[in-house]
Formats: sequence, C-alpha cells, structure tokens
Amino acid sequence: MKIVIIGNGISGITTARYIRKQSDHEILVISAESDHFFSRTALMYIYMGHMKYEHTKPYEDWFWSKNRIELKNAYIQNIDFDSKKLFTVKGEEISYDKLVISTGSITNKFDWPGQDLKGVQGMVTKQDVELMEENTIGVTDAVVVGGGLIGIEMAEMLHSRNIHVHILVRDNVYWGGILPKQEAELVGRHIAEHKMNLITKSELKEIIGDENGKVKSIITKDGKEIKCGFVALTAGVSPNISLVKDSKLETDRGILVNDYLETNIKDVYSLGDCAQFRNPKENHPPVEQLWYTGKMQGRALANTICGTKTKYDRGIWFNSAKFLDIEYQTYGIMLKEPLSDEDTFYWEHKDGKISMRANFDKADGALRGFNFFGIRFKQTVADDWIRNKKDIGYCISNLNKGFFDPEFYKSYHKDIVEHFNKVQPQYQVKIAKKKFLVF
Amino acid sequence: MKIIRNIGLTIFLICFAVFLSLPFLGKYKLTEKTFTENFSDVNQQKVLKPALKDVFDKEYNSNVAFFNDYNKAFDDANKDFRDKKEWDKVINDNKILDITKSSSIGFVKDNSTLLFIICFLISALGGIMYMVPALFIKPVAGIKNDYIFKRGITSRGIIAFCFAAFLIIFYIFLYQKPAYLSNWVLLMDGLSNTLTGGNSSQWFLYGFLYCLVMSVMSVRMYIKYRNNNYQLLRTTSVLFFQIAFAFMIPNILTNLQLPSMDFKNIWPLDYTFFFDYRLTELTSNGMLGYWMLGWGIFLIIVGVPVMVYFFGKRWYCSWVCGCGGLAETLGDPFRQLSDKSLKAWKFERIIVHSVLVFAVVMTIAVLYTFFTGSPKLLGIDTYSIRQTYSFGIGFMFAGAIGTGFYPVMGSRVWCRFGCPLAAYLGIVQRFKSRFRITTNGAQCISCGNCSTYCEMGIDVRAYAQNGENIIRSSCVGCGICAAVCPRGVLKLENLAEEGRFDAYIRPEEKAF
Repeated sequence: MKIVIIGNGISGITTARYIRKQSDHEILVISAESDHFFSRTALMYIYMGHMKYEHTKPYEDWFWSKNRIELKNAYIQNIDFDSKKLFTVKGEEISYDKLVISTGSITNKFDWPGQDLKGVQGMVTKQDVELMEENTIGVTDAVVVGGGLIGIEMAEMLHSRNIHVHILVRDNVYWGGILPKQEAELVGRHIAEHKMNLITKSELKEIIGDENGKVKSIITKDGKEIKCGFVALTAGVSPNISLVKDSKLETDRGILVNDYLETNIKDVYSLGDCAQFRNPKENHPPVEQLWYTGKMQGRALANTICGTKTKYDRGIWFNSAKFLDIEYQTYGIMLKEPLSDEDTFYWEHKDGKISMRANFDKADGALRGFNFFGIRFKQTVADDWIRNKKDIGYCISNLNKGFFDPEFYKSYHKDIVEHFNKVQPQYQVKIAKKKFLVF
Repeated sequence: MKIIRNIGLTIFLICFAVFLSLPFLGKYKLTEKTFTENFSDVNQQKVLKPALKDVFDKEYNSNVAFFNDYNKAFDDANKDFRDKKEWDKVINDNKILDITKSSSIGFVKDNSTLLFIICFLISALGGIMYMVPALFIKPVAGIKNDYIFKRGITSRGIIAFCFAAFLIIFYIFLYQKPAYLSNWVLLMDGLSNTLTGGNSSQWFLYGFLYCLVMSVMSVRMYIKYRNNNYQLLRTTSVLFFQIAFAFMIPNILTNLQLPSMDFKNIWPLDYTFFFDYRLTELTSNGMLGYWMLGWGIFLIIVGVPVMVYFFGKRWYCSWVCGCGGLAETLGDPFRQLSDKSLKAWKFERIIVHSVLVFAVVMTIAVLYTFFTGSPKLLGIDTYSIRQTYSFGIGFMFAGAIGTGFYPVMGSRVWCRFGCPLAAYLGIVQRFKSRFRITTNGAQCISCGNCSTYCEMGIDVRAYAQNGENIIRSSCVGCGICAAVCPRGVLKLENLAEEGRFDAYIRPEEKAF
C-alpha cells in the first residue's frame, strides 16, 4: 500500500513515523516548504540567531532513507480523488492508495487596505522568516497586529534587532480572549518592561505604503497613525485548504474530519492545523492549531491507517508558551473565565512576574486545571490530579511534588499556601512534608 | 552604555596587543654569574663554561638569536660525550627558560610590574567593562542567545579560526618551547615569589592565566545567567576550586616546602599521580605525604563512585574540575559548536574509552617499573609508554586540541572525546546513579535549543520529544539545556534509581 502525506509538519511526519513503526507500507511525504522536517516552533530562534535552520531539524537527514520514508519537494496543485492521483505544479503525477492531508495554516488577512505591501507579513513558514530577514533591514519601528502567540514571538524577534515594537490588540489586555485578566495583565507588564508599546482596544484600519510600495505607516480604527517600516500580521491563522477548496472534499473553516480523522472521502484523511472536527468536545476548539495535538493526532491516525481503528483522544488538555522571558504552562481546560460550576484561586508573586491559578469544582473541590507563569510544573502530576479529581486542598498542599524549576530555585510554596488559606478560609492546608533523600 | 562597552573592548585589545608583543621585545645578555647561579654543579660548570665563553656578555637583540647560540654551545659541550657514548656524562637539561629569564635585560625586565598591571589587571578590567553594560542594555534577566549564530567568533567565522590558531600556538610553546615565553614568565616572578617563595615557571604563569581568564569570564556567566541560581552556584563553585585548590593551595604547599598537590585532581585525569617521582615525593614526606597519597586513592576508589551515585558526574565535571571550569567560563560562548550527529557520538565512545584503557595500561606499566625496578614490561619500555601518553594525551589532546578547538568544536572537546576520568565517571553515571535529566511529560516542542546548546554534543531533543529522560554517560550536568528550554521541559535531578529509564506515555496512548 502506498501512503502519501501532503505536508511535512509535525502532524504529517508523526503519522509517517508511526506508520513505519508498525508496517512496511510505502510512505511518501510531499512538501514545498522544505526538503526535510523541521520544527516550525523554532522559526523565531533562526531569526534571532539562537539557532540555524539545520539545528531545527529533529532528525538527521539520513534518518528518512534509513526508515524508508520517501521525501519529495513539490507543490501539489490538484487532487483527483476518483483516480487517486495527485498533480504537482510541474505536471508530475503521483498516485496513492491512502492520502493524508496535513497542509497546516496560513496567516489570517482580513482584507485590510495595504495588506500586500512590501514589509507586511505573517510568520508561518520557513520562507516567511527568510522574507522577514529581508523586510526588516534598516527598520526602526514595527507594528505587530494581534496579540496571540505568534504576535509575541514576532515582537520578541523584532526586539532582538533593536526595532521598536508597537503591539495592537483588540481587547483591553494582551491575549484577552484566552488569558484570565490577571495573567493577561502580568504579561502586559512584562511587555512594557521590555519597552514595547502595547496598544490595547485598538484595531488595524489600513496600512499605508510609500512611493516604492513599501509600508510606511498604519492607521488604527480610531484614526491614530503609527509610523513603521514593518507590519507583522498575527491576528491568528486559518487552515491552509486552498488545494481542496472546490473539490469533493467537505470543508468548512478546515477540512472536516470525524474523531478518527477521516474525511468524507474514503482513504483520505486530514489532521493538524488544517483539519476541523465535525463534533468537537465541549469547550474544545474545532480546529486545534497546536504542536502537541498535531503529534497526538498523528499517532492515532497511524494506528487507523495501519488497521487498528483508533479514536483521537486529546486527553487532559495541556499547553505551554513563552512570553518573552516568562514561561507559561497550563493543564486542564483553563478559559479566560472559570466555568459556571468552578471556583478559582489565583496567586501572584509580589514582583508581579510569577503567578499560578487553580480552578476547581465549586461543589466538591475537585481540581480542574492549572495556569503557571514563571513556575515550571510537572505534567505527570497535574494530569494525575485533574484526571483523578483531587481535592484542591490536597493539591495546594502538595504543589511541591510537581514543581519543576531547576535546582536551587526559590520555592513559592509557602507563600502560595498562606495566600490560599487566606482567600479560602474553609481550607487550612499545610505544606506536605518532603522526604529528604529518598532511597 | 555601548560607548563603555566599546572602550572596554578597545582597552582589552590594546592590552592584549602589548601582551602579544612581549616575546618579541627585550634584550638578552648572559653573564657568567647568571650561569653559575643556574648550574651550581662544579663538574657541569667545567664542561659548559668553555663552550659558552663566546655567549657570555654578548648582547642579543632577539631571543631567537640568543637561543641559537646558547643551544649550539650547549650541544658542542655535549658532543664529545655523545660521540664517546658516555651517556651518563651528557647534560640533558639546558635550563633554557631560567637562563633566558635571568639574562633578560632592558625594557621588559625594567618594567615588569607595569607590564604585569597592563597585561593582566587592566586587560581584565577592559574585559569586565565590555561585559557589564549588558546589564543595562538588556535589563530584563532571561536567556539571551541573540546573534550567537550571526557573529563570526561564536559561529566559526574567520576570527574564530584565528582565535583557535592563537590558542593552539600558545599551548605548543607553553609545553614544548617555554623559553620563547620567557618574558611572560618574567612578569610573574613577583607574584610567584610571594606565593611559592621561588621564581615563576611557565606552569605558574599558566595557572595564573587560567584563574584570571576564568574569573573574568565568570563575570560574563553571572550576568548572562543571573536568573538561574543553578548556574550562579555552579560558576562560583568551579571558580573557587580553580583558584583555591588548583592554584593557591599547591603554591602555598610549595612555599612550605611540602609536596605540592591539587587535592581535587583525580587519576586518571591526573595521569602523573602514580609516576615514580610523585610517589617518591609523597612517600618521603612522612605522614602528610602518606595522607595525600591515601586521599588521592580514596577519591579514585570511593569518592568517584559514591558521589556519582548520588549526584551524577556533574559533581566533578561542572562543579569542581579545572578543565570543566575553563569550559564553563571561557568556553561558554562556544558551547553550541559541538557536533550532535550520531556519527560524532560513535567516535566519542570509541575514543574516550580507548584513552581510559591507555591510561590504565600506562599506569600499570609505570607502577610495574616502580615496584620491580625492571624498565620493561612484556618487552616494552615503560618509560616510552609514559612519554607517549604525556605527549599524545597530556599535551596534544588535553591542551592543544582540548582548549585550542574551543572556537571550532565547542568547549568540551577534551572532556567529551579524551578525558579518561570523564569516561570512568560516565560509566558509573550511566549504570549506577540517581542522576537524570527528567523530561516533563509531552511538553517538548522539538525546537532544538537544548541540543544546540549542549556542550557535550548530546542530542537532548531526541530524548525529550519522546518523553524519555536523558541518561547519558557523557552528560556533565551543566544545566544549560534546562535553562534554554522555552517550555520548561527539562530538569536535572537526583531521584530514586527506580524507573529512571521509563518514558512518559500519555494515559490515552498506553493502549497503542
């Protein structure tokens, strides 16, 4: 059987690797972006000079032929689902028995005037970073439109080149659609600490170019003009489905799939950023644009393709990010407001750069999730507590079991416990004793 | 702030240029008095004096001309004995470094205190002026590896190769032709007299430079990793052990006319530990000598395994060791240059364990000769084994390649490919230790920062992205992978041995 995978991102590659682990099927991975799999999450580090492109490749180049995963650098223009054939831009024909579409995302553009000027771009691909290198030469001021994760990454990238950054966000705080107010403010303060200009409650109206077609300023909806030589468009990404838009394949925002990542056409599957679940679980987004979920989907799909039909199960939600110097880890479903049956506990260090939040069931005190800023926490511990509905009092008292900061870091456990006992006086928890030297 | 930084760099470069020019400056005049001070043996004087009569009181403008004449005269004096094969009469040690130093006249000799201040103190100050402004230019603490791969010096540019060439040449002269560095050694006499009670040798100069470079580069470490207590403590520790244990204590012991010893240097890294002259020195110095010998053996047999069991080999390699100390300070800007390929790992395992075997065999041979008095073991001259090791491993590998290749192959070339002690520590760490780098579940995003900044060339990501803990014999536990990880995935820790190799599998995937 010949399995063709379009897209060499984490979801496509994970599928390929796990198919190989359990079968001898012929595997072909096609990408127009790069010859080899690389970590898209590391794009920012290439621009900042922390790494070179080759460092972002998780596997050495010999890995693919050794594992008989054929790679092809080509752009697929057309799919004939009836005869099971792909057509490249160059007119080549590739046949398949099973097809996996994992084409990833493209930058959202909302038909802003001037959005195609030189110096205006998003950051999704390797080519985007190369373009950004070119576009930021000689730039002193830049505007980042939108305050999500790519937004803060691009802001950090620009900042590393001593470019003054203005960040436009629609809400009244940074990433207000996702983060609770206190956390969003914490990140906002950190952005200000880096001398970046966070402009809240502000949206892009249009981008103005100069006589050479290069951006020179932007105008916000409230009529403010900001001079800039570069504009980063980071108001989210959407599934990259132009390849299948007007085909038999059912699409909405993304390619519609069931819990087995199957599309409406037999032997055609889709996963990762470009897929959209027909029936997402409650409080789960229909399109999951995450590294982690791409990996999990790939493993489940590999099973299905190899004959063991496996439902994709997200399990206990988790995610992480880094806002400039502040690391963020989250476990469980943590929305900007606790759910109606939840209570929330928030602790923040007096310096305002470290915080934690725990949401728990109002009725029985079962832990629902954690947010950590500037504290590292063990996934195994958080996963276990949330899964087994551990009582919040127990969790707070045993936080030290999950702390994952490097050795010799200050522990804030005592501080957190004291604060917890103060705001939740019905609990009077104590720090669980730590065994010294466990043999 | 940028101005201060540039002034600092300028000061450093000027001082460095002065330092580099010293071996080419100065005049040399050997007097009969100087000669008799260095060769007190009357028989030797009788042989050498006639040969050297043309050299006496002649003023040389360059050290090269001086060496030529002096060495020629020396050979002439020995020629007769050599021709007659009267080997016992041949004078082997020409004491050229001491002779050159004491024959130096003119500028360097007259201004040695001033030059000491310029070359070492002001240049250090310049270096610090270059580094400290980072606190103000990037006032928010956090990992900043910006531009590392865009600057020549840290990404194998031409300047990096020049620096490597300088280091290699420095080591070649230091070990093989120290007389050429006599003017540098001369600057150290004042300090050496205070500490050891005698004039400086090239090794005193080397020890001092080592401490100075580490101190200055520690400032950089303290600034760069100021958000990370593990790095701050570790830097303090290596600096302390270098200055106190490797430099001060041995020199003070020399001053007290006791056997000098670096109490933290462990065989087989300290490959001369069982050499006859050291054993004789220790056994002829009463209780203290025996205690020192016992301490050295205790470290090998008990210290290493017990400490590695509890803390991993990091207790030594990145907290105590001198080679590690230099790698973690001077070498830190080059750590990303180590080769992470599987091929490099294969070479590493073969080479480092071969060196360990070589060290053990060499030591057995040397001890055999020490105890039996027989110069040959299985027909091989033990002295030649020892010489081969000293030259090949001690000088070439540990010195010229180990440090010289910093700007090309990263800061741990010696530790990774050559150090026999690291191999020994590593075997214990791999098979019997509580140490591991724990991977935090499935949080890895495969970005590659950990692998890129691993100075030992471990592909950390390969483990982390599979949810596996990192347990590798080569890991020195510097903690930088955990520091540069943007997602808080890695943690160095000592936990129960049980389950340290278990990978994390999401409960949902356990059935797969």
